[in-house]
Amino acid sequence: MKMSNRQFKIMAIGFISVWMAIFAALPLLLTFLLSLFKPSTTQVVVPHLTLHNYVDAFHYLYIRIFLHSMLWAVFTTVLCLVVAYPFAYAMAKMPSKYRALSLLLIMVPFWTSSLIRTYAMMTIIKAKGLLNHCLIALHIIHAPLQILYTPVAVEIGLVYTLLPFMILPLYANLEKFDWRLVEAARDLGATPWTSFSKVVLPVSMPGIVSGVLLVFLPSITLFYIPEVLGGAKSFLLGNLIKYQFLDGSNWPLGAAMSTLLLLFLLLMIGLYRLRHQRKNAGLFV
Amino acid sequence: MKRLWQPAYMSLVFAFLYLPIIVLVVFSFNHTTYSGLWHGFTWTWYKELFQDTDLQTIAYHSLLISTFASTVAVCIGALGAVAVFKYRFIGRQGLHALIMAMIIVPDLIIGIALLLLYHFFDLTLGFFSLLIAHITFCLPFVFVVVYGRIITLDKNLFEAARDLGAEDITIFKKIMLPLLMPAIVAAWFLSFTMSFDDVVISFFVSGPSYQILPLYIFSQVKLGVTPEINALCSMILLITCIAALAGQWFLRKKP
Repeated sequence: MKMSNRQFKIMAIGFISVWMAIFAALPLLLTFLLSLFKPSTTQVVVPHLTLHNYVDAFHYLYIRIFLHSMLWAVFTTVLCLVVAYPFAYAMAKMPSKYRALSLLLIMVPFWTSSLIRTYAMMTIIKAKGLLNHCLIALHIIHAPLQILYTPVAVEIGLVYTLLPFMILPLYANLEKFDWRLVEAARDLGATPWTSFSKVVLPVSMPGIVSGVLLVFLPSITLFYIPEVLGGAKSFLLGNLIKYQFLDGSNWPLGAAMSTLLLLFLLLMIGLYRLRHQRKNAGLFV
Repeated sequence: MKRLWQPAYMSLVFAFLYLPIIVLVVFSFNHTTYSGLWHGFTWTWYKELFQDTDLQTIAYHSLLISTFASTVAVCIGALGAVAVFKYRFIGRQGLHALIMAMIIVPDLIIGIALLLLYHFFDLTLGFFSLLIAHITFCLPFVFVVVYGRIITLDKNLFEAARDLGAEDITIFKKIMLPLLMPAIVAAWFLSFTMSFDDVVISFFVSGPSYQILPLYIFSQVKLGVTPEINALCSMILLITCIAALAGQWFLRKKP
């Protein structure tokens, strides 16, 4: 079959446009629309427009969960950054033959299932897990530590799961860094700390921002990590929204919360874009 | 001293990242049910895994969904990347922005939004609801990978072909496709990995009639820990590692 230029053009543009319109734009639009309808116990949608769900979403209990989640997300992000930056720095300074291997070793956890990795962490920190066995054998503790089903476990799980997402953009940025700049700074009399804070750190800022976004965004919404590792107190925003759609069954309220969360995230990314006026500023470096 | 802290610190972080995975795999061969200690080597859990016919069905579902989803996503995504690169049309910027936005939108919200769509159109949750969802979240990644490669290609090649009278479809088939092949294959493997591992989106759009592996693991992990799950997780890790490494390998390959 011979295809004219026009037919090919229509086909190429058509497939992706139609797919994205029906299965990406329309569902998000529906979510927003549903958030404007009155909730009902008997049916999902009642034809009655209202802003009541948004008022409900600002209930002090929900705001507390939101702030709590933000705090955890910030904490996770900072922890990941603190652990990942020296790592990425060391990795970028390695001889290139070791760099490829290290990159591969970071890629594997980046791509493997975070649920399975969460489960793996669970087997380490559970009461009869490896960590407690080792600590008892070393006589550091006498009774097993109860880490699993506490907020500490959730924090460990989040950092463990999201660390590669911080390391990769940082490394990709530092790998391109011209180390002669540091030499120049040192020659001109800068201390190691000054040359780091005035030269390396500002240049690696785009990598930091990419990493922060890649860690911060999932840490708000990954509901299965608190569910698997956390106890009753570990109820984060992702769990709250999920609850509205399954157990709580208040879909319009859940839709309003999803809309607010999406607006919040877009606002954050918008602010970032505004500061870094770069087209297609790489989320993936 | 200065030389030493870097490898030492890196080893520490690698240990943090890998120790749990290694323990998981090692304990899948442990000859005991509940203890955290080593009781000798056994294949028992793997044998049980391969005798579990329910689990085989679930694994088959997962493989089917991931294979179909990544194949369709690659076809639509690669063609779409070519379209956005090559043509100027109304809504091009909007389409590009929507694709990039879908990478940022949390899985949770994509899952919920698709659930609402299916509900609105009365689509039963099962094979097709999962397949559509998986194609939808793989598509943007395919697009990014392939588009990232197209912009590095030499535009003169397309100009030359056009000057010599080649139709668009010929340019696509004879020039673009071969040059983009490594990126397309990489995108397929990475899509497969993402699809095979997805929990959050599948959680919302799957029904009781069509279970897949990540959701099965999720339910099992919440119930408790058995070595059989360790064995299953080890198998999945093996499959996704191979797919991810293949993807990375093709991604680095220059045409």
